[in-house]
Amino acid sequence: MNPAPPRRWWLDPLLWTGLLFLALTFGMSRLQPLFHTLFPEQERPMYLQATFPSLVLAHVLIVGLSSLIAVVVGGGAGLLVTRDSGRDFRSLLETVVAIGQTFPPVAVLAVAVPLIGFGTTPAVIALALYGLLPVVQSTIAGLESVPQPVLQAARGLGLSRWQILWQVELPLALPVLLAGIRTSVIINIGTAAIASTVGTQTLGSPIIVGLSGFNTAYIIEGALLVGLLAVVTDLAFERLMIHSQQWRLATMPRNRPITSASPASAQSR
Amino acid sequence: MQVWQAGLIKNRVLLVLWLAGALSAALLPLLTHAPNRLVTGKGISFAAVLSGWHGLVLIPALVLAIAPFCRKHPLRDGIVLLACACWLSGLLALAGHEAQQLALTDSSYSRTSFGGGAWILWGLGWLAAADALGQLKLGPRNTVLVALAVLAPGIGLLFSGQLSALSVLKEYANRRDVFDAALSRHLEIVSATLVPTLLIGVPLGVITFRRTWLRGPVFSVLNLIQTIPSIALFGLLLAPLAALATHVPLLAQWGISGIGVTPAVIALTLYSLLPMARGTAAGLAQVPAAAVEAARGMGMSPRQIFWQVEVPLALPVLLSGLRITTVQAIGLTTVAALIGAGGFGAIMFQGLLSSALDLVLLGAIPVIALAIAADALFKLLGSVLGERGQ
Repeated sequence: MNPAPPRRWWLDPLLWTGLLFLALTFGMSRLQPLFHTLFPEQERPMYLQATFPSLVLAHVLIVGLSSLIAVVVGGGAGLLVTRDSGRDFRSLLETVVAIGQTFPPVAVLAVAVPLIGFGTTPAVIALALYGLLPVVQSTIAGLESVPQPVLQAARGLGLSRWQILWQVELPLALPVLLAGIRTSVIINIGTAAIASTVGTQTLGSPIIVGLSGFNTAYIIEGALLVGLLAVVTDLAFERLMIHSQQWRLATMPRNRPITSASPASAQSR
Repeated sequence: MQVWQAGLIKNRVLLVLWLAGALSAALLPLLTHAPNRLVTGKGISFAAVLSGWHGLVLIPALVLAIAPFCRKHPLRDGIVLLACACWLSGLLALAGHEAQQLALTDSSYSRTSFGGGAWILWGLGWLAAADALGQLKLGPRNTVLVALAVLAPGIGLLFSGQLSALSVLKEYANRRDVFDAALSRHLEIVSATLVPTLLIGVPLGVITFRRTWLRGPVFSVLNLIQTIPSIALFGLLLAPLAALATHVPLLAQWGISGIGVTPAVIALTLYSLLPMARGTAAGLAQVPAAAVEAARGMGMSPRQIFWQVEVPLALPVLLSGLRITTVQAIGLTTVAALIGAGGFGAIMFQGLLSSALDLVLLGAIPVIALAIAADALFKLLGSVLGERGQ
């Protein structure tokens, strides 16, 4: 299903959107004359409360930190319930994930404030909690997709449980796992933008300030960068997944049919 | 009960949940109480509210403590469910009564709200119920019905007025008209989104199913839209729509403008197209070829095959697309409050901007409840249709 990376590098959408994103991040202030002509009624059409590179950095840090927590905790939980010792907890975890994913991410973010307070910490906690759900789901799906004969062969070769996990199960589960992490990160990029309403500096700040102050120029500046950040990240994950898929095929024995696992779809945002 | 059989612990999940509950009851405040909304409240522990008939809430807790050691049996899980229903509503009743007592001695500005402990104990009670429901393996329809029955006493308590001294409900009483307006606006936006979504998304799904070469480009574009964060899409639509409205007065008359309900519905429709089209295409794809062949053999026309064979068989999967769409739209409508579309998001963001935490909850909790209700409703509908299809 996934399109192969284009043969000619200058046709690569990842390259061009990435370059556009970097150019806008560092060159937004150069576009001041353009915004002046587009919005002649605005006296100050350029968001100056913080520089755009610093906003991008803050945004990426919040998303990165919360996604890291989500991957470690969610991956760990998914791993635990697919082992023999944790199998009892699996159906409960799946129920929690199914109910949790119907929660709107914004509502999770908002509920974190009365419980924890304003600032970056509740934002990171809320993002990590919500980001857990797709990771748990894809970890379980990925580990379940590893064919039983492969596991038996690994056991027959005398590999220890850790070796089987690291050298057989995780590499084979990687494409599905990456799909879940991708969903989680993309949702978090969007929710982190809204986190500027709970007192965090992110790329959403220009949008929120612009919306409350009727400054359309601010809104466009913030929205363009958040949108591009999400698209670039999504394309990068797509590329990573293609590579992991190829690597997975390369490490598998040639003539053995592999039960292909359907990647966890980005159902809920 | 045959408690003492080989292996003492028969349900580790329930035991872990119970221990987590005991820990949070000991460490976290059940309620917080403040003389007014400006100062931060001080915590009231679970043990401090257990005087008099409040102690009755320990009975379901005791039942839940014994249950992990009982043999797996439908009766055990039924008793666990009953205990969970008592526990969930008992906790609410206890909090409501304690708030009433505190309100008697204090000024009318005093606020009693749930502390971290109450949320966790409630959540754990829910999880215990979910575990028991899972053990019973009732099938989708009965699962939803039993889950509703477990929640019913709590919901009844909410509407009985027993909880009105809690600060969230005080906030509700103060702004009942705002709340009702937000509810109807929220539902209005969601249903206004579903109409164009069905009108565009379903045909789009049918076309991509029929013409395979369209599948790649259409889903790439829809996927790209889905990737863009909601707040960014609202922002990016704002300027072009505002420009359209000023230059083409006719469009402005139709309600097109940069802010308000119309741009919200446009953006939400754009987001909804992907799950709807994908659900439709997936639904048609899983119709067995044999059924279509048989219909053709019976001499049905392509139109008859489509309406009488393919559509009915695709309906359950199509409905799951509609479910994802609706749940997503309920959540995204919250964000649309930032561009002045109203709804529960308006209450929530007003609370966030003015640091009124009860207001945040008053906006956020109904959104979560709506999303869960819509999800359950569509699952119920899907399972009923699925049964009929077979």
